[in-house]
Amino acid sequence: MTAFLEDKDRIFTNIHGFYDWGLEGAKARGQWDQTANFIKKGRDWIIDEIKASGLRGRGGAGFPTGLKWSFMPKESDGRPHYLVVNADESEPGTCKDREILRHDPHTLVEGCLIAGFAMGAHAGYIYVRGEFIRERERLQAAIDQAYDAGLLGKNAAGSGWNFDLYVHHGAGAYICGEETALLESLEGKKGQPRLKPPFPANAGLYGAPTTVNNVESIAVTPEILRRGASWFSSFGAENNKGTKLFCVSGHVNNPATFEESMSIPFKELMDKHCGGIRGGWDNLLAVIPGGSSVPCVPAEEIINCPMDFDSLRGLQSGLGTAAVIVMDKSTDIIRAIARLSYFYKHESCGQCTPCREGTGWMWRVMVRMAEGRAQKREIDMLFDVTKQIEGHTICALGDAAAWPVQGLIRHFRPVIEERIDQYTHRAVKDGAVMEAAQ
Amino acid sequence: MAVRRIAEEQPENFAFTPENSAWAKLLIDRYPEGKQASAVIPLLWRAQEQNNGWLPEPAMRKVAEILDMPYIRVMEVATFYTMFQLKPVGSVAHIQVCGTTPCMLRGSDDLIDICKKRISKNQFEITADGKFSWEEVECLGACVNAPMVQVFKDTFEDLTAETFEKMLDDMDAGHKVKPGPQASRHLSVNSAGRSQLFDVSMNYGEKADPYIAPYIMAGNATLIDNDARSYGTKSSVTHDDAVKARKQGKVTKKEVKSTTKKDVDEKGMTSKAALQKPTTQELEKEETETQAKLSALPKGASAEEKANAVGKKPRGLVKPRKEGADDLKLIKGVGKVIEGKLNDQGIWHFNQIAKWDRPEIIWFDTFLSFKGRIDRDGWIEQANILAEGGETEFSNRASKTAKKAD
Repeated sequence: MTAFLEDKDRIFTNIHGFYDWGLEGAKARGQWDQTANFIKKGRDWIIDEIKASGLRGRGGAGFPTGLKWSFMPKESDGRPHYLVVNADESEPGTCKDREILRHDPHTLVEGCLIAGFAMGAHAGYIYVRGEFIRERERLQAAIDQAYDAGLLGKNAAGSGWNFDLYVHHGAGAYICGEETALLESLEGKKGQPRLKPPFPANAGLYGAPTTVNNVESIAVTPEILRRGASWFSSFGAENNKGTKLFCVSGHVNNPATFEESMSIPFKELMDKHCGGIRGGWDNLLAVIPGGSSVPCVPAEEIINCPMDFDSLRGLQSGLGTAAVIVMDKSTDIIRAIARLSYFYKHESCGQCTPCREGTGWMWRVMVRMAEGRAQKREIDMLFDVTKQIEGHTICALGDAAAWPVQGLIRHFRPVIEERIDQYTHRAVKDGAVMEAAQ
Repeated sequence: MAVRRIAEEQPENFAFTPENSAWAKLLIDRYPEGKQASAVIPLLWRAQEQNNGWLPEPAMRKVAEILDMPYIRVMEVATFYTMFQLKPVGSVAHIQVCGTTPCMLRGSDDLIDICKKRISKNQFEITADGKFSWEEVECLGACVNAPMVQVFKDTFEDLTAETFEKMLDDMDAGHKVKPGPQASRHLSVNSAGRSQLFDVSMNYGEKADPYIAPYIMAGNATLIDNDARSYGTKSSVTHDDAVKARKQGKVTKKEVKSTTKKDVDEKGMTSKAALQKPTTQELEKEETETQAKLSALPKGASAEEKANAVGKKPRGLVKPRKEGADDLKLIKGVGKVIEGKLNDQGIWHFNQIAKWDRPEIIWFDTFLSFKGRIDRDGWIEQANILAEGGETEFSNRASKTAKKAD
């Protein structure tokens, strides 16, 4: 169950960029093989195969991809269908899609054709985050190659299906990674999320049925079809199938991006791919296992935890985008989380009051707590406020801003209290009067 | 949310260069009829690149007019997205330091201190010589290579206080700085060596140079790769239209280039390719014929067999002439790999390429499976100019970059 992935089972064989990213290289790596055959087998076959593979969305929420595709209307009611690929990779800690875009772009281009067909879409837009300028150029070059080789456009890859693929880009807004904000942005507006329902599968881009998928979810589909659903589902624990790109940053000896089977325990993953924790395993303080939006987990809980959606949820955290941020004992954990609070304050779109006001409030309190300039009762107040932000906003940014703070209070309350004590101690020593004047 | 206001001092007006206007037209075609507002971010971005890295208010108006949008909607977009710089920035580099937690854990505080010390205490202030400015930004998506900064199009990763200072020194002195990791490490691979993908029995494709494009300063819109080729337009998909549009695109490209060519012509040099330049109809006919011949071949025919079936192999030289081989990479569209392939076929000099006739062009086009790239990039015209010792826009730029490195 927890066997490491062998090279022959890796999907992204050029993730490090040692080899030709172009069409020739991609074909040598086995891509663009049998694409037309899959399409000729029909829409239902593709969707069933993806469902059977157990692939869950790689963008953070882990929603089953095949199921998502099946929500698209079977027949067009006159409106076009759209495939939109979310390459707005901005979750702090996450840099996996970047490697796909710049080193293995044809996995994505081929995946788009197949996914587009499976949802009845003749046009696809890939929304790349604004900062990825070189990556965008590379992706466009790959699409150009595909057009020149007849793999996109009319009768794409000889499949009889017409499919056009375009690259669009943002300009630096984290919120555009939320699917409806992304659609707003793609329509040329501010990226402010829409109320759901209606869900994008009914009324998405330009009011037409749309499915938004993460880059990695789309890029793995051709390989799943080529090797069969049972191959993909042979990796990982039940309900957490497949292979996954991990990107490990922070206090490991050798940060790296790599592909590994799901459900490998944290310690084995770090030892094999990242040279272990800086200063040894005893030096590990805490880990944010899935990008900044998930709560941190203290060392002793995570060391033997399998890295997958369900196991991490059991620790009141999540796999998210599998962007592992490791913190050793030299970390000022309060300040680390306070910096995340600043991030959410900066990136709130300002549409819902609890988030617009709450993120700034949380950040200001967190900054004081990082210094110790706070009252202990404020810890409970802060926790209470995070609970009032959570679930009271249109999109999940409010939740995402609340969770890291909750994780901190849940696991590191003594650290916060100790810091307040130190601050008070210093203040009293310097002659402060602890009671307010009457 | 961030408070973002436009600069008090604004230029009188703004206009896209002819190249950027043509690009904008192609770009708008990517979106369905009536949905041209979708192009607002790419257009504003292009305006910012053209305007030395910042977006003035008249440019917002201009974009609104092009896209038939109310001014305020465009301004809303420009002030919402934080990559739009609303004030002038440093001419050599606007340093965007990532300060979010993953970079913070690896030492981005040091980088920010250096910025404060060397550039300005406050963000968005330009140094007295106008060269540098800086800001702290949120996660740039290269966390495995933390800490990192972005400068215009490029990222500089795995920085330390020393390497960051050195990078700033080099930029200040006008030296070339290589983007990507500044430590000895291949991109995002484990710095102790790869932990996966060693299986040599697998086919990974041809070895390639790591993906490093040269660092480009802002404000030079002509240096920006043209990323808007027109394919199927609107929602109706027709590859034929695309081919046509691309061919039209090529014609306009040639018109732009014609000034350089005229200079050469005036010196009394005749270009063989110019005499032979095929019309669009001829190209189309040629393509159909080529395709027909190719489909008659058995499956699995080698590139050379295919090429021989449709064209005539140009005569090559066993080795370069005495004066040494030309740097074929000065031709736009020829990189290291293609140069190697050309050399393998005995092509070492510009004037060899300049002499190719149609069957020979087709031979190479098929051999390299280019689907018309030799024509699209105008190799023959470029080779003609270069063979006579002239310069093209591209070679000029390429040799400048090389000079900078010295």
